[in-house]
Amino acid sequence: MKKNRKLIINGVLAVAVYVLVMVLVNTGMLTRQLMSLIIPCCTYTMLAVSLSLVVGFLGELSLGHAAFLSIGAYAGALVLKLELPIWIGLPAALLVGGAAAGILGVIIGMPVLRLRGDYLAIVTLGFGEIIKSVFNAMTPITGGAKGLSQIPLVTTYRNFTPVYILTVLTILVVAHLVNSRHGRAVCAIRDNYIAAEAVGIPVSRYKILAFVVAAVLAGMAGVVYAGNIGILKPTNFDYNTSIEILVMVVLGGMGNIGGTVAAALILRILPELLRNVSNYRMLIYAIALIAMMLFNNSSFKRTLVEKRNLRQAEKIQKEG
Amino acid sequence: MSLINSIFEQLLNGLRTGSIYALIALGYTMVYGIAKMINFAHGDIIMVGAYSLYVFTVLLGLHPVIAVILTIVVCSVLGIVIEKVAYKPLRNAPSLAVLITAIGMSYLLQNVALLIFKATPIPFASIISVPSLRLGSVTISGITIVTLVVTTISMIALTSFINNTKTGRAMRAVSEDKGAAELMGINVNKTISITFAIGSGLAAVAGILFICQYQSLQPTLGALPGIKAFVAAVLGGIGSIPGAMLGGIILGIIESLSKAYISTQLSDAIVFSTLVIVLLARPSGLLGKMKIEKV
Repeated sequence: MKKNRKLIINGVLAVAVYVLVMVLVNTGMLTRQLMSLIIPCCTYTMLAVSLSLVVGFLGELSLGHAAFLSIGAYAGALVLKLELPIWIGLPAALLVGGAAAGILGVIIGMPVLRLRGDYLAIVTLGFGEIIKSVFNAMTPITGGAKGLSQIPLVTTYRNFTPVYILTVLTILVVAHLVNSRHGRAVCAIRDNYIAAEAVGIPVSRYKILAFVVAAVLAGMAGVVYAGNIGILKPTNFDYNTSIEILVMVVLGGMGNIGGTVAAALILRILPELLRNVSNYRMLIYAIALIAMMLFNNSSFKRTLVEKRNLRQAEKIQKEG
Repeated sequence: MSLINSIFEQLLNGLRTGSIYALIALGYTMVYGIAKMINFAHGDIIMVGAYSLYVFTVLLGLHPVIAVILTIVVCSVLGIVIEKVAYKPLRNAPSLAVLITAIGMSYLLQNVALLIFKATPIPFASIISVPSLRLGSVTISGITIVTLVVTTISMIALTSFINNTKTGRAMRAVSEDKGAAELMGINVNKTISITFAIGSGLAAVAGILFICQYQSLQPTLGALPGIKAFVAAVLGGIGSIPGAMLGGIILGIIESLSKAYISTQLSDAIVFSTLVIVLLARPSGLLGKMKIEKV
């Protein structure tokens, strides 16, 4: 019963957001600048949610999520450039982009089996840089440093509906996976992989699974990214992009999908709202990042949480 | 004959870049050994070093020797301050929280530099004026000689400091077991501060050498050498001091050889592929200790 209620609330929320955005777009209440933010918000939500599967639930630090984004974007853009009718072109691009990223996910997932923690982090960072320079060097296909341009703009805010459906689907896939038997296995690996192995969970298979699912979802986000921006350059996908996504996952709360979505939206919209203090924008962002991390781990917050728990306990006691 | 000459010249180039990487990698590895964290802001200390040298020599017109000493002092103090303000409160926090804080610190340093010095690159004339040396048909530039001499001296000094002094022994003890070291009466906070100071000082030296070679200042100049040095530290086995030196030099040589003979665009890909392959064969780097996890 409780589960059903939660499902209904989330469904209503999803529809409400959709209606709200559609109304805002169609009545022209948004400025051009805010309109151009709608699709990036969706892309980054998809990216952050998919990365949270690896970082939050599998517990492995990945600094190369932009690699999946980029391969999905390039593969999808090449399909989109075939100029097929949109109802076949977009699904085909999503399929190809997702598949390309998935294959890369398997390749990157392999070292995951041997490496842990910081070593894994640097290898994923390395893969991200490798992909970037390979795209840079493959000039005939990817346009090299000049970029792959004239991609049909099929996923701008005018085509919000398919993008929104895809975003919701991404969240659903991750949420469902996490709450399933497989998701519990993944969480068990995060908490203690030796114990997980001892109870018979195939650790290697689940690690690869998490990586590949995250990669496929990020690849699809890449297709949306490509269809919105129209031009792809290798420098768009450097490690700063990966870190931006990672920050969303960490700020949203590890292993908390709702929080991740909220963090992705805030971190996308906030910098735009700070445009008029653009010089100090990144400075504020940096200070906020440090301050939030310090606050999260401060004794001040611990006292606050303890006080709240105490009050709740008292309330329950009184009711009893 | 000319091929041998060109290979020799490329090896020297690689040795020069590699020794700068090694200096930076030492900072990463020492901090990692002691605080068990990746100090993402380390690359930006190089940038701070480069800009402070510019301020001291060009804007204030100080003698280069004094400017170099002041630069090292500025960076060391900055390293201590960063540790005290941002990392110390998080010593018992999950490692990801510390990582994000370090990334935030890196953004902070870059953006402060951006606000003060603006984004346009500032040209900077090298303060090293050593004539180049001719060995047979090979020319070794002055900057290469200075870089190699300075890095060799720094590394020897650091190694003997860590192996022979009481503070060095304390640093090794803290990196091995913080709790036990504290019980033996070692001041852990002070030791960590000293480690950050030395690491940042070495980064300042690297920044000075780097800027004398590239002669152009930008707020993001520390990012790329920072990442390369980080790769070098991991390649050699993070936490291991000889590993950082070895990793840095190997990385520099691979980079310059692949730039010269394979492809400039793909040199980064080759460098990172080397790292991936080495880590697949030796999951804790070339000279790193294998950690056995116990239940």
